[in-house]
Amino acid sequence: MAMPVSGVPTDTPTQVPAGHALARVGRAVRSNRKAATGTILLVIFLLVALFPGVIAHDSPTQDAYPPRLNPSSAHLFGTNAYGQDLFAQVIWGTRNVLIIAFAVGLFTTGIAVLIGVAAAYLGGGWDGTLSVLTDVLLVIPLFPLLIIIAAYAHGEGTIVLIFAITLTSWSYTARQLRSQALTLRNRDFLVAARVRGERRLYVIVMEVIPTMTSLIVASFLTNALYAVLLASSLQFIGLGDPNTVSWGTTLYWAENNAALQTGEPLWAIAPGACIALLGAAFALLNYAFDEIGNPALRPVRRSKRVRSA
Amino acid sequence: MRYALRRLGFFALTLWAALTLNFLLPRLMPGNPALSMMSKFHGQLSPQALVALETLFGVNTHQSLLSQYFGYLHDVFTGNFGTSLSEYPASVSSVIGSAIWWTLGLVGITTILAFLLGTGLGIVSAWRRGSKLDSIVPPVFVITSAIPYFWVAMVLVLIFALTLHWFPSQGGYYITTDTPGFNLTFFQDVVNHAFLPAMALLITTIGTWILTMRNTMITTLAEDYVRMARAKGLPGWRIMLDYAARNAILPNLVGFAMSLGFVVSGAILIEYVFNYPGVGYMLLQAVSGEDYPLMQALFLLITVAVLFAILAADILTAILDPRTRAAR
Repeated sequence: MAMPVSGVPTDTPTQVPAGHALARVGRAVRSNRKAATGTILLVIFLLVALFPGVIAHDSPTQDAYPPRLNPSSAHLFGTNAYGQDLFAQVIWGTRNVLIIAFAVGLFTTGIAVLIGVAAAYLGGGWDGTLSVLTDVLLVIPLFPLLIIIAAYAHGEGTIVLIFAITLTSWSYTARQLRSQALTLRNRDFLVAARVRGERRLYVIVMEVIPTMTSLIVASFLTNALYAVLLASSLQFIGLGDPNTVSWGTTLYWAENNAALQTGEPLWAIAPGACIALLGAAFALLNYAFDEIGNPALRPVRRSKRVRSA
Repeated sequence: MRYALRRLGFFALTLWAALTLNFLLPRLMPGNPALSMMSKFHGQLSPQALVALETLFGVNTHQSLLSQYFGYLHDVFTGNFGTSLSEYPASVSSVIGSAIWWTLGLVGITTILAFLLGTGLGIVSAWRRGSKLDSIVPPVFVITSAIPYFWVAMVLVLIFALTLHWFPSQGGYYITTDTPGFNLTFFQDVVNHAFLPAMALLITTIGTWILTMRNTMITTLAEDYVRMARAKGLPGWRIMLDYAARNAILPNLVGFAMSLGFVVSGAILIEYVFNYPGVGYMLLQAVSGEDYPLMQALFLLITVAVLFAILAADILTAILDPRTRAAR
């Protein structure tokens, strides 16, 4: 796909050492508005997940209050049909979603790095086998497959959810990483490492993977976003453990009690809005990374006038 | 030609993988889930149906796993998916047949609309780079792509169905007052019911089309042939459509071919929120009712649809993009 473009720098894969890449990421977060918004949102959610008790004083599961209270200063989002405080449910529910997002993000990206880089670097029969495995998994529709697995697993807890989503959704990233690793394969610094007589594992871990930092970070963000959406969706249709405190589970109980129809819209709207905000945080960060990795997409400022002149 | 054969081989391999997954999953799960299902339906089924189920899920049979597997493959390829348990004694195929048209109509039409609208917006957005439209559209749709489908559906129900009463909130038509048939009232009724689910789907899917089109076209706008067209003094709309957009539309066209495969499964959660009588809603009904034969058949249907779409996308790429032919 090499297309010589006049005037615009072509988007060659970045080949800077890891330290530089991370420093660049830091600088970009500060200068890019999308990245800054995403980071702030994510930090807020992280703080809420770490210290939910500081913000919400009620228990998220106790049926401690009269049912269907309207929002008030004591119950910011009111109470649901069971007399549970909805604000507490939303605040305490943050933890479960973030655990799933980070766990799935880390595990899928980890598996993808392993398989993608191994396929590209080992080549030959290894590449053939691993690529076919990746491609097959890639085209089997993910959400229906998850529904089937969750249906057989019978409302198991968060660990099963993480496990199932990880096992089914690493393939897209693996594919991306493989193609980037392929472009690196014959670069001078890798040839040099091989000539020096470094072991394969050393070359892969110390030379190849650090070069791909920005793509790996972007993949982590995408996978975390999909984990949030998939896990919440599964919990929403009742395929998670209905007793966990989580946004998706709150939505499940809201739907089961026809919250919208019985005049309790906040029961469904509040947790859904949180999913959307957390998703937006990951999506914004990811889009910002795209702009960082591909200079052609950056918002035009002066450069436009120069080009069209 | 070799390329086509390789793609066909891959297609067959994936189909086999999906079939095998379908066969192995209930057998691999701890405490064979089919057993609990069987005990639940015991006494309600005819003896033949029970035996058929036992072979389908490998319960109480003395056959080896391998012969069970071949029996299963034989059943699938002869189109015998067994009896639905929740709609007993209807066959799985006939149950699916009644639901598929609702999904094809709703999701199919919405997919086409989203593609056309999204591509158009993407073209204009890239052409007017840095304009007000271009500064609003991409970030807005980056965010909408992160919102869960079902939640958008719920918000639409709340606003337009329950508060404003403009549209019905449930179902595919008024079951109590309307009978299906080829007449204008029924048609209006169906469109009326489909409007909100279609909007929910449109809002959540259009962003991808816009962003892909915009980002690809920004690259083609910098190409020499666009500069050449400008130098020739061609009118702006011709440069935009015939030079820049035409060369940038391939990723979107391929994406469109693929998305047609996801028509069958693309709106599971939206159908669920609206109780829409389509395939997605049926899949979730099958799951909650432990109707495993129906569930398995639906999963296969969904996978096959996606596989055909990917094959179509491959062929489309090979026809439209000479570079892929040269490269292989």
